[in-house]
Amino acid sequence: MLGEGIIKGMLETAKNFAGSFVSADRLTTVEYPEQRIPTAENARVFPFLVYDGAGWEAGLRCVACQICEKECPPKCIYIEKSKDKKPDFVGKMQIYPVRFDIDISVCMSCQICVEVCPFEAIKMDTQFELATDDRFGGLLMDRQQLAKSNEYYHSIHPAEAAEVDARLAQEKTAAEAKAKAAAEAAAAKAAADAAKAAAAKPETPAAGGN
Amino acid sequence: MSLLDTKPEHIEGWNRPPVIEPDGEGELLEVAMGPHHPSTHGVFRMDVALDGERVVRLKPVFGYLHRNHEKIAEGTTYLASMPYTDRLDYFCSLSNNWAYALAVEKLVGQEVPERAQYIRVILAELTRIQNHASTIGFLLQEMGASGTPLMYAFREREKILDLFESLTGSRMMCNYMRFGGCRVDVSGPWLAATRKVVAGLPAFVDEFEALLSSNEILMARCQGVGVLKPALAVNASISGPMLRASGVNYDIRKVDHYGIYDRFKFRVPLGDHGDIYDRYMVRVLEMRESIGILNQALKEIPGGPIMDPKAKLRGFRPKAGEAYGRIEAPKGELGFYLISDGSPNPYRYRVRPPSLINLTVLEDMCLGQNVADVVLIFGSVDIVLGEVDR
Repeated sequence: MLGEGIIKGMLETAKNFAGSFVSADRLTTVEYPEQRIPTAENARVFPFLVYDGAGWEAGLRCVACQICEKECPPKCIYIEKSKDKKPDFVGKMQIYPVRFDIDISVCMSCQICVEVCPFEAIKMDTQFELATDDRFGGLLMDRQQLAKSNEYYHSIHPAEAAEVDARLAQEKTAAEAKAKAAAEAAAAKAAADAAKAAAAKPETPAAGGN
Repeated sequence: MSLLDTKPEHIEGWNRPPVIEPDGEGELLEVAMGPHHPSTHGVFRMDVALDGERVVRLKPVFGYLHRNHEKIAEGTTYLASMPYTDRLDYFCSLSNNWAYALAVEKLVGQEVPERAQYIRVILAELTRIQNHASTIGFLLQEMGASGTPLMYAFREREKILDLFESLTGSRMMCNYMRFGGCRVDVSGPWLAATRKVVAGLPAFVDEFEALLSSNEILMARCQGVGVLKPALAVNASISGPMLRASGVNYDIRKVDHYGIYDRFKFRVPLGDHGDIYDRYMVRVLEMRESIGILNQALKEIPGGPIMDPKAKLRGFRPKAGEAYGRIEAPKGELGFYLISDGSPNPYRYRVRPPSLINLTVLEDMCLGQNVADVVLIFGSVDIVLGEVDR
């Protein structure tokens, strides 16, 4: 019969229309600013810099190695290295970025900076409501704007942050053990050297200086 | 003639005699459809010469969305091109990732672990389903079925995109695959959610078919319109659902044995007439086959690592040589051709985009048809301008 297919299609539409009043599955949209669907746990928007402790400037994990700057596909990161050094989380003296800018109007949220960072210093944020009427300055983030605490990182990506913390703690204990061993070895060596020097002194006084 | 002078009469070939003879009454009417025509899926222009309602000439004009992808890729490392491939065909970023990863893996000689292969198949088939669903939705939207089919398609696409987001972190620009594996492992809850979505897909396809497949208006508009003969399709190197709708049995999943597609049982749907209705039907049937592949893959997925332990993320220099990786993307054969000269950047990086090459027969399909059908024929080709212009 001509028109049978159309009637069949219309019945399908009617079923969906009526179904939307009884079945929550058929209602897929929400009234956005008032209602929100929570973002997925590993959703990514723009990168931020992680810092430990209370002070953002002292606690920045970034050591200005510039790997992310080189690997960034659209080249939206700009880093200037410091002249002096400050201790990092294991206490080793490292340089730090005096400037770390990300132009988020250029950034394409690809997460490659996060993947290549060997220091767990840069992570992806989930904050997406960043619209501004200032097209240039407003979208150029400096390191103060980018710095977010480790607690914040834990609050947006709990599983990933716990993993990162465990890895960093492991690195720290390893570094401490290594430093301790090195110190012990150095002490032992110094003692041996002193003993050797004391033994050698009577015969050849000049040898002690070597 | 200056390059800036783009008046049609100065372009080579524009003044050739019409392929179809006008009936001799009155003049031809030249219409520029696009680049801001709602049916052009982006920015694409068709310069159409009309004799009354009939199309006697059609010239596609594209390049409005050119972003220099290939040249940018030659200036950056292999890894840095991966997120750019998402932006070729932005409906199917995961298939694009796979094609590029395949080319680099061939170049470097990396093995992909079992689990990663399964993850890739699952993601590629989910991509195919959502691409075909939205393509059909857009096609019907252009036919005048405004809203309903497209909304149904997008409701289903939404579920698949949510899966992508929870796995890769992004809904469309996934940037998920890496050379030698995948970036993050799938979790148990994710697989459970995927099984749930896949279990709901057959009902969706049934509903979609009940809505439209036997609709008389759809049949009247689609059957016998925009016919593409198999000989022309093969000679113009058309690929994907368009080629199969013309009756040519050529599916790269079957002929090239890439990934682990050998292990899955699926059929390749073929059309008979090569018209718009066949292209529509081939896509519907492909969705059903994809659901079958997904069910098998989700059942068999093994444990284990997801990255080749030898794979390096950055700083690798492939030996001098060349490689071509190709996959059956939802739109056709997507290939990446790479030449390495031993440096960290590719010496040559070439994309074989299915959208562009499927578009080359547009004029042959449109000649002699009504101008209203041009929009339909164009929609049935299934292109994304990001891939056409690159």
